[in-house]
Amino acid sequence: MALLELHNVSKIYNTGEQEFAALQDVSLEIERGEFVAVTGSSGSGKSTLMNILGCLDSPTRGSYLIDGRDVAQLSRVELAAIRNEFIGFVFQSFNLLARTSAVENVELPLIYARCAPAERRRRALEALDRVGLSNRAGHQPSQLSGGQQQRVAIARALVTKPPLILADEPTGNLDSKTSLEIMQLLADLRTAGITVVYVTHEHDIAAFAARSLSLRDGSIIADHRKTT
Amino acid sequence: MISTTETVRLALRALRRNTLRSTLTALGIIIGVAAVICMVTIGEGAKSRIRAQIEGAGTNVLLVFSGSSNQGGMRGGMGSQPTITYDDLRAIQTEIPLVRAAAPLSRTMTQAISETETWTTSIYGTTPEYFVIRNWLVAKGSGITTSDVAGSTKNAVIGSTVAEKLFGAGTDPIGQTIRMRNAPYTVIGVLEKKGQGGMGEDQDDAVFVPITAFQSRIQGGLSQFVRGPVYVSAMTSEAIEPARAQIAALLRDRHRLAPEQDDDFSITTMAEMTSVFTGAMQTVTNLLAAIALVSLVVGGIGVMNIMLVSVTERTREIGIRMAVGAQPQDIRAQFLIESLTLAAIGGAIGVVLGLGIAKLVASVFGWSMLARTDIIVMALLVSAMVGVVFGLYPALKASRLDPINALRYE
Repeated sequence: MALLELHNVSKIYNTGEQEFAALQDVSLEIERGEFVAVTGSSGSGKSTLMNILGCLDSPTRGSYLIDGRDVAQLSRVELAAIRNEFIGFVFQSFNLLARTSAVENVELPLIYARCAPAERRRRALEALDRVGLSNRAGHQPSQLSGGQQQRVAIARALVTKPPLILADEPTGNLDSKTSLEIMQLLADLRTAGITVVYVTHEHDIAAFAARSLSLRDGSIIADHRKTT
Repeated sequence: MISTTETVRLALRALRRNTLRSTLTALGIIIGVAAVICMVTIGEGAKSRIRAQIEGAGTNVLLVFSGSSNQGGMRGGMGSQPTITYDDLRAIQTEIPLVRAAAPLSRTMTQAISETETWTTSIYGTTPEYFVIRNWLVAKGSGITTSDVAGSTKNAVIGSTVAEKLFGAGTDPIGQTIRMRNAPYTVIGVLEKKGQGGMGEDQDDAVFVPITAFQSRIQGGLSQFVRGPVYVSAMTSEAIEPARAQIAALLRDRHRLAPEQDDDFSITTMAEMTSVFTGAMQTVTNLLAAIALVSLVVGGIGVMNIMLVSVTERTREIGIRMAVGAQPQDIRAQFLIESLTLAAIGGAIGVVLGLGIAKLVASVFGWSMLARTDIIVMALLVSAMVGVVFGLYPALKASRLDPINALRYE
């Protein structure tokens, strides 16, 4: 059984009288431990796909099975639990809580995992250490560079030790040197056995992945696997 | 759901982050609660003062009035038709063991003239028992005695206000002469200061003469009837009601009233008068407290308003929390606890402020402050409830947000 399965998934937005299909009949399987890049121009449906994969959004049609469970059958509470335990989400705009220190940002998922405060702090510092930011634990996002903020966000995604990391244009707001560092970090996760799916529109960033999916107008037009 | 302490910690943090806004929002609750506490506490103080003043009239006191006249459909006021005689008075005193003392109190207004001053005051005719009933001691000189009453002497005992107005601070009033209704009286004593009475009158603005002298020189001739009320004091507070019944029975018997006839007298107790006045005061207090409660509701609406703004402002934060696994009830609890904390802190400050204002008012008017614990607890509960009720809608609104829409919110 694949980790993620999409069967004929469509996402349709109703903008007034016009219907707009952000995703159209997308079927896809992603196995455990895969390192997948999703590419495509803006408006191709990459982000919509990621949001559906991350259980932040739900498909209009079709079914999405995550670890064999049909997302459509899950309650809001169960979805929250999946986002908490199963998925680590990394955003283009970092989405860290402002005026909140790095370590507290990283602790956030653990709060909702009902983890005790001491244990929480220990694990958050451990995750920050993993992204090389243990010396910035007390800094607030505004005191950190873009690359550092994205590392904090990755630490936050990792802290609950989820089997799946989803990154929506993780390097979109970063310069090329920092981008490569962030991608190296994600590539390292793969070697740790974590499934990583990320969105990018840059070829050199997409080159990190072992498998690349191309989207255009809401459909998958190419699915390449690197043979190494 | 995550633990309550965790949620409270979150709430306090969020409130601290917007200190000015939190303070202003809490101010609505603070003012509301302070107003309620203040009104009730001041009301209680005023009530206890009225009670103290009325009870200051004497301990275990009953007042017996002559009945009202009822002639040809014209109904006169209480005491307009004299029915109680001096023999009745003696009978009350001697035949009822529950009665400690009984005294007549006749009154009229007159000018009192000393060598240098003139002062319009109340002149009372009474017996020595009156001062026993009222617990009223002589500060200087001596009081009216039974021999004064028996001899119809022109001796007078004056209140401290009269002493001050007629003789000033420098002169000793004892032995001085005052003229009232063209007759000279010798001042034999000055009474202790008694202060304001139950109706706000100055009880020290009074001159007392023997009832016999009052009858012959001021009332214009001896009479078998008592003019004005008869003051009676019962032995104990438990004896008041039995004494009232016994006095009524005695007077009906002495006046030969048939069973179907109404009483030709009336008996009131101080307790009854106290309850009339404190009841009126209670109504005013309740009214003011109700108005204050309205301001508490207005404060609650302020809380709701700010919480709604806060939810909108923090839509993105809510989205982030949901993205990392916050459940709808976690988000709901976070905002609910936030408004609850805001209202509860406001309520606590309001209680302290209200008590402070009440204490200030009490000290200005010289009352004792009576803080009612039940009202304080109620005010805290009500403000907490305001926090929950007015926080519920914004909290629900926050918890029902769609994670993706919340994250995309700009």
